[in-house]
Amino acid sequence: MWYEQPFRNSGNLTILLRAIRKIATFPIHIMEVCGGQTYALSRYRIEDLLPETIQMIHGPGCPVCVTAEETVARAIEIARFPGTIFCTFGDMMRVPSAEGWSLQRLKAEGKDIRMLYSPLDALEIARENPGKEVVFLAIGFETTTPIYTLLLQEIIDRAISNLSLLTSLFTIPAAVSFLARDPECQIECLLAAGHVCSITGIKVYERLSHELNMPIAITGFEPADLLYGIYRVIQLKAQGKNTAVNAYRRAVPERGNEIAQAATNRFFMPYDAHWRGLGTIPAGGLKLRPEYEQYDARNRFPCNVKPDIRPSMCHAGEIMKGKISPRECPLFGSRCTPDTPLGASMVSSEGACAAFYRYNTN
Amino acid sequence: MEFPNCPIPTQKHDRITMAHGGGGRMTARLIENIFYPAFANRWLEQAHDGAMLSLPSSRIAFTTDSFVVNPLFFPGGNIGDLAINGTVNDLLCCGATPLHLSAGFILEEGFPIDALEKIVRAMQTAAIQAGISIVTGDTKVVEHGKCDGLFINTAGIGVIPPNIDIGLHRVAKGDAVIVTGSIGNHGVAILSSRESLGFESSIRSDTAALTSIVANLLAELPEVHILRDPTRGGLSSTLNEIAEGAKATIVIDEEALPIDPPVKAACDLLGLDPLYVANEGLMLIFLPDKYAKQALRIIQSDTHGKNARIIGRVTNNKKPEVILKLALGQTRIIDMLSGEQLPRIC
Repeated sequence: MWYEQPFRNSGNLTILLRAIRKIATFPIHIMEVCGGQTYALSRYRIEDLLPETIQMIHGPGCPVCVTAEETVARAIEIARFPGTIFCTFGDMMRVPSAEGWSLQRLKAEGKDIRMLYSPLDALEIARENPGKEVVFLAIGFETTTPIYTLLLQEIIDRAISNLSLLTSLFTIPAAVSFLARDPECQIECLLAAGHVCSITGIKVYERLSHELNMPIAITGFEPADLLYGIYRVIQLKAQGKNTAVNAYRRAVPERGNEIAQAATNRFFMPYDAHWRGLGTIPAGGLKLRPEYEQYDARNRFPCNVKPDIRPSMCHAGEIMKGKISPRECPLFGSRCTPDTPLGASMVSSEGACAAFYRYNTN
Repeated sequence: MEFPNCPIPTQKHDRITMAHGGGGRMTARLIENIFYPAFANRWLEQAHDGAMLSLPSSRIAFTTDSFVVNPLFFPGGNIGDLAINGTVNDLLCCGATPLHLSAGFILEEGFPIDALEKIVRAMQTAAIQAGISIVTGDTKVVEHGKCDGLFINTAGIGVIPPNIDIGLHRVAKGDAVIVTGSIGNHGVAILSSRESLGFESSIRSDTAALTSIVANLLAELPEVHILRDPTRGGLSSTLNEIAEGAKATIVIDEEALPIDPPVKAACDLLGLDPLYVANEGLMLIFLPDKYAKQALRIIQSDTHGKNARIIGRVTNNKKPEVILKLALGQTRIIDMLSGEQLPRIC
């Protein structure tokens, strides 16, 4: 039997929904932090099944969506350097720069831009092309960062001199804390991103729930996981308990993945990072430590990119704060569609706008 | 048949050179050694610039297709059988009995001749299974780096029986929607065979010509309204094309969709929706509901139709949209694929 079946089974979902309906007697705003959760909520139309008292807010947990305009502009400049092979995950190909360029458009113009599934594939590309500079656009959260540490370790061990990383790495707790403290923000409870917690462990979320006076459930990505997480936060809210619970025990050990944590700390350090649509978040990102700066593509390619590019039209920031829903954006579905994205959250399948467009439009 | 002026036989490690496309002796040798022995039939043996054919009817279906799949060899097939099966299925979608195909090859300088032989043999095996003949062809060679190994273009013709009328105009309220097998296998097989992905699976492409399914179905149930093969863009894109073209609302029951567990798991892992993943040996069939069960029996009795299911209905003939009904009764619209999901899938 297929392993996820129990988590999509209609009988199990009905039981969970019944339990939620029983306790959801008061209005409540719940933010699902991770884009994977946003995608699943839309894909399975879970919000249609929830009582009207529950309002879901789609959080910032999609690394494609929050990668700064400055990074996108820099990626495009670097990819234009002669003799460069620019490597990226697929979703970043279509993210438009403020000037309307994208890596996909550059590729069509003949630049060597390659879509990889694993960052480690860049090693082989670097080996096969000794005369060229290979760059990997390293985006991600705590879940993806450890893979880049493997890549860095290989670069060092094999003394590879023509491979560098353009990093755009973010840490979730800082962003959640930033959003929750925004006076306009509606969030009352959080569904923390289960996969991020499988790396970080749950302690940081226990701390966060006390700091923010907010119940948090560490939640998975299947329909039953999401319903169970929703049930647990409502239960905590009703009981007045501002604490974090692990509602994704099959994947999240209490202490997380300590090997991955150590590797991340070895290569990277926190810094105040710009999140697209949200602004600069104190300690909201990770950058290479000074001793590894030589592997930072920012140091290898002199670029003339303004640090403060702002999107002129996209409202994704307000969507991530729960101030408006994607449907309320004046561009949604008319000028901004998955075929003609104006913002990153319309590009990535985990972006709130793309998920909404694909599964919620009528 | 040996080419008399060239005493040196093809070597295993021989490669395509520009001379193979020059139209001279090397071209002739390539045709004599590789294509003629594999495709042997009386039309090809006319050795003319084109095939001269007599067809049993003037009601003809005519189609063309090009194949650029990467990699050329993948679990369950290669570009050769893919090309034949794809073209045959396009003819079947017209309700035609496929008869003859052309095959044009664009070869990259340096392409291994033994790989070409393998592909050509696979084409012939597929042609025999599909009951068609490859009656004319062409080869061109481009410089190294100007194409990726080998591209194939085909054209096909078939004849449409007088009692068959298949097309968007026939789609009607109350039609049942049948899919002839599990979805998403081809796309996932291609993905898993690309080196960069780093996962191994038992998933094989479903590439197959569905000649016998369609022939048996139309023989017993000429009332079939539409046949479509949901290749690139997957099931949802083809359903949307039908909805749009026929101005029909199609409701699909998610729980009825046949998806093999490994495909489901791979799609989950890669963030793909199986509804958008390509198929190569699959047919969507719309026909009046009263014939649906009989159709299903006919399809399921065929090797390629064992997993066939009734997956939905046409609910009205006005609003062109495809609605997916989920497990707990929720519904959502399924749209066409945006952009590309997987490049060079066929």
